[in-house]
This record gives sequence, C-alpha cells and structure tokens, in this order.
Amino acid sequence: MFDGLVLLPVGLDWAHASLGWLWVALVASGLYHGVNPGMGWPLAVSAGLMDKSPRALFRALWALAAGHLLATLLVLLPFAFLLVLAEWQRPIQLGASLLVIGFGVYRLVERRHPRTLARIPPTQLALWSFAVAIAHGAALMLVPIYLGLCQAFELDAGHEAAGALIKASLGMAVLVSLVHVAAMVSAGGCLAWLVYRHLGLKFVSRSWFNLDVIWATSLVLVGVVALAFNLASWH
Amino acid sequence: MTMRPDPTFHASPRLAMEAPAENFAYTLLLSPDFSKPDALAVIDVKPGSPTYSQIVHTVTMPNKGDEFHHFGWNACSSALSPLAGHAFIERRYLIIPGIRSSRIYIIDTKPDPTKAKIHKIIEPEEVFKKTGYSRPHTIHCGPDGIYVSTLGGGGKDGTNGPPGVFIMDCETFEVLGRWEIDRGPQTLHYDFWWNLPRDYMVTSEWALPPQFENGIVPEDLLANKYGHRLHFWDLRARRNVQTIDLGANHQMALEVRPAHDPVREYGFVGVVVDTTNLEASIWTWWREGGKFHVEKTATIPPEPAPKEKLPPLLQGFGAVPPLVTDIDLSMDDRFLYVSCWGTGEMRQYDVSDPRKPKLAGSVHVGGIARRTPHPNGKAFAAGPQMVEISRDGRRVYWTNSLYSTWDDQFYPDGVPGVEVMANVGPNGGLELDKNYFVSFPDGYRAHQIRLEGGDCSTDSFCYPSA
Repeated sequence: MFDGLVLLPVGLDWAHASLGWLWVALVASGLYHGVNPGMGWPLAVSAGLMDKSPRALFRALWALAAGHLLATLLVLLPFAFLLVLAEWQRPIQLGASLLVIGFGVYRLVERRHPRTLARIPPTQLALWSFAVAIAHGAALMLVPIYLGLCQAFELDAGHEAAGALIKASLGMAVLVSLVHVAAMVSAGGCLAWLVYRHLGLKFVSRSWFNLDVIWATSLVLVGVVALAFNLASWH
Repeated sequence: MTMRPDPTFHASPRLAMEAPAENFAYTLLLSPDFSKPDALAVIDVKPGSPTYSQIVHTVTMPNKGDEFHHFGWNACSSALSPLAGHAFIERRYLIIPGIRSSRIYIIDTKPDPTKAKIHKIIEPEEVFKKTGYSRPHTIHCGPDGIYVSTLGGGGKDGTNGPPGVFIMDCETFEVLGRWEIDRGPQTLHYDFWWNLPRDYMVTSEWALPPQFENGIVPEDLLANKYGHRLHFWDLRARRNVQTIDLGANHQMALEVRPAHDPVREYGFVGVVVDTTNLEASIWTWWREGGKFHVEKTATIPPEPAPKEKLPPLLQGFGAVPPLVTDIDLSMDDRFLYVSCWGTGEMRQYDVSDPRKPKLAGSVHVGGIARRTPHPNGKAFAAGPQMVEISRDGRRVYWTNSLYSTWDDQFYPDGVPGVEVMANVGPNGGLELDKNYFVSFPDGYRAHQIRLEGGDCSTDSFCYPSA
C-alpha cells in the first residue's frame, strides 16, 4: 500500500520533482513484494530446511527472483514499445492507470485464488514465481511507475528518432525491473534468512496476514495516484 | 476467509506436537443393520472435566444406510504450503462420506464442537455424475482442495471402471472431478497419503465393492483376489509412476502412513493377512535414487485357538489371524501403532529405524479367542480397530468396529461400540486408562476418531521439524 502512498507528496510538476519519489516508489514496491509471503519467501525457507543447507535457500531465492523478473519484463516491454507513439503518450498513461485500477478492483471482487498455481511442482520455483507475479498483478503494479519514470526522463519528447526512443524506453524497462527485483529479493531474502536462522518456523504462521484486500487496494491506489497526476499535468 | 492462518495449522510436525492438547474427540457412529441413521458423536476428552469420557453432543444424520467409515477436515496444516501462498481458511468442517450410500455430509464444528451441525449434504448422484466413482472413503485436505479416495467405480455394484481419487473445493464443497490423469495399472483403491514438498502420493488396495459390501468372500481371499499392490504417483502431474506388488499372498494392503516430517521419504503400510500362514505384516516403503522400494519389516503370527472359540469362518483354520486393520504413526515418526483386530491386541513399534521396527509396547483387549476385558472390568467386544494418536503422542485412542458385515462374520456375538484410550510413557510403553471408556447408544458401532485441532492421520506438513 505504501508504494502508492509515497507518491502522494509529489508536486504537480510530475516530470521533474517527482523523479526521486518515483525511484523511492519503485524500491518500496520491491520491498513490499519481497516481504509478502505470497510472493515466495517461505519457499526459500522450506528449501533451506528440506535440504538442510543455506545454499538451497539462496538457490530458491534466485529462482524466485528470475521468475519475478521475467514477469515484470513481460508486462513492461509492450509499454516500452508503445511509448514510440509519442502523440499517444497520454492515452497510454491513462489506459495503463485504468488497467491497474481495473485489475485491483477485479482482485477485490474475485477473491478466489487460481487453483492452478498450487499445481505447479515444487521443483519449478522460477515458473511458480513467474505465474504468481502475473496472476496477482505484481508486475502490473509497476507500470504506472515505469511510465512516470519514462516521462520524467523525457523519453516521450518526440524529437528523438524512433529507434533511439525504443532503445531508451527498453533500457528503462530493464532498469526498472532490475531495481524492483533487487529490492524484492533483498527484503524477501532477509526475512527468509531470519526465519531460517533465528526466528524459527513459528514465524511463518504468526507473521502471515491476509494481504488480499491490502494488495488489491495497493493496485487501485497506484492507478488512482498515477491517474491524478496524469490528469493534473495535462491541464 | 480469515485474516490469519487458523491457529491449529502448524508449519512443522514438531510445532503441532507443542500445540495445546485436544479437548474433544469426534467419533463416527454407524447403525450396522441400517435401522437408524448414522451419527457423529462429540466426546469430551479434557482431563478433569465433569463430562470426561462422555458423549457431550451428537449430530444425527437425516438418512439411513450411509455406513460411516472414515472422515477428515476441510483444511489442515497443509494450508501453510508455501506454494499455495494462501493460508486463510479455517479448520472448521468435517467431511463425512457414507461408504455404502456415497452420500457426503459436511459438518460445521464452529462456534463450538458441542454445537456441531450439518452444513451441507452432497447427494450420491452428484458424486456419480461428476467423478464416475462411488463409495467415497479416505479424506485428506490438500493445499488446493479436499482429496477423497473411493472404493468403487460406476454402476450399481461399483465395478464399472476403476475406483480412484476425486477433488472437492475446500470452501464451497463442490465436487470438482477426478484427480488422476494417468492411473497406470491401478484398478483397486483403499487409502492414500502424500509427501507434499517432495510431490508424491502413495495409494493402497482393498477390494471392489462386491468383495466387501456383503461381507468378506472367503473364496476370493483364498484365491488371493483382494488387493496386494502399492501405487506411487507424481502428485502434481497426477500420474502413476510406479506400482509395486507385495506378492499375491499378502492380501489387503490398507492404511498408508508416511512419515510426517517431509524430509523423511519413507512410510508404512499394513497388510491384513498372508494367505499362506495367516500372519499379518507391516511393510516399510521408501524412496531412494528417484525410485520407490518396499520391504516387509515386521510380522505378527496367528494364535492357535480351539474350534469352539472360533466363528464358523475360521473354524477350519484352528487359529486366529491377527488381522492388522489399522496402523497409525506418531507425530514425531517414532512409534507406529498397529491394531490386531483378530487377536485383540494394540501393538506399539519403535520405528526410529524405519526398516527395523522394534516392539516397544503392547496391550491386550478383546479378541476373537482371548476376549480380554478392559482393565476397568468391562467387556470389550471385537478388538482394537481404528486408532488415533494425540498430537503430543501421549494418548492413543481406539474403537472396535471394522465394517458392518465383516464385524458379523468375525464377531458373530455382536460388536457394541466402545472407545478406549491408552497412555504412552515418555519412552514408549502403553497402558489402558481405566477412566476413559466411552460406550455408545444401543445399536451403534464406532469407527474412526478425529481429534479437535488435528491428529496424527490428518495433518500433512510442508516444512521439516529440524
């Protein structure tokens, strides 16, 4: 939720003043995804305990990171290409905001979790992480932040050649994904290690809160904040 | 949907052992002549309570002839599966199948076990239509739904197609459909259980409905026509990956008890009778190098008895077979309890070395020839049968009925329902508790027991105890 809130103090000069906040929001979203048990840190604990080795824990973390990264890239890349259509930039931003809001509302209404996720074999953690990030809209949550960053860096200026523009927006998509996943793995990894080494398994059930509503609200909030700034900077 | 995982969900078997002790035992009651509706009895097992060892509540069903047998919870510790990522359901509903009627009752145990009531009834037609199976039997709560094993296929006598496993939704209780994608050579069914993180399932074999519904068929038994194989499955792929034949003389491989600690890739299965010598046996199965292996690791000999002490079915043999009809493994995977329903004995094996079970304790009660009374002086009809162990491993509960028509063949004098409990010493040993003796209303027999908050044959764990 706080990755949406941190956007609030941003001034109306979306393009420049918000730059720092957007990075903060990006890192915060990574931390948020990382500590959410639904994104997989308990799997790293389980792997470490089952194999009686810290290396298994880190192997699992890498697999989870790879899946999350892939999901993020997959969702961001189409937007990176769309940004070439410079004159469509505002509709794209509006559309993205509405898409995130819509998905958040959908998660609020449809509370059931896709059963197929539980059918992925425990040996395929990267696939699991990818599927979970897509199904829960984890990657989608980053789109408004990504578009904001692109705008702040004036990748939409329209006076650059299309080729250079694509290169720049693709580069930004990769950077955004890497920063987000790095933050996510740091937070999830720290938590997994703490539970594995110090806190014990009791922490797994004790710390596990139902984040469904908060998660869905975060999506809506990120979309609404982005929408507000888009509309404000339009006039 | 809850905000926190149910407090009775535990990440590891050790955490389950450390949890508060059970206050109630749920026990299934069946009317063997189908003259009364079957029922669920709620028994007070809290030491010191004024109603200790008494039935404090009964849920009577609206139908007759269901024949209750096994049952289970809608959710258990498996909900903490890190793969499911969603632990916010309650251990609240008991799922009770009728193995004769194929009807399934969902019993709500909240807000209080003494107020348990029927929440939903799934009619047999829904099970037939959606699964093609009949005669639902074992219930296990998986991270993605309730798994139900069946004993019969389609058609009136359940022989139209093989029996198998189907899945139900753990919140709406909708029957979702068959579980198997590739059953391989499996054509019979009885029990099943799994290792969730290691992703495999083990199933066993009893018989097809015509071989048990009207009583044991001696000709079929002597011709080795009852089940004698174990099947190993890829759990998520829903494929049979290996079948092991225990040998045709090892008739009726029933209860499957894997180690609770998922890091231990072994388990046990009990065989009712060896047709070459009437002995019963315990087998250990394990996985090594990606393959499953099975070995006979303990045998229990028959006991000679004079003809006049034997029912007609056994008179030709001049001996009582032990008839191992249920086994159960303690939460720490240390003690295996073995019901010898024929000879009237509850055995406790130390299975710290799973391939070398050592007899650590034993009590005699009931039995075809021995007829040992309970230490409180009361008669105990039949022998120890369905056995359940408290999470902390200190109390072992059991009842005395096997199956309506089989009871009558082995114990023609009748099997009034009884539930007893034995205390376990810290290092093994077993002693019947004189103060725990539940007798049930006239005309009812008692079958499986479930303990409040989970027990040693329901919960499966996704994290090791270490």
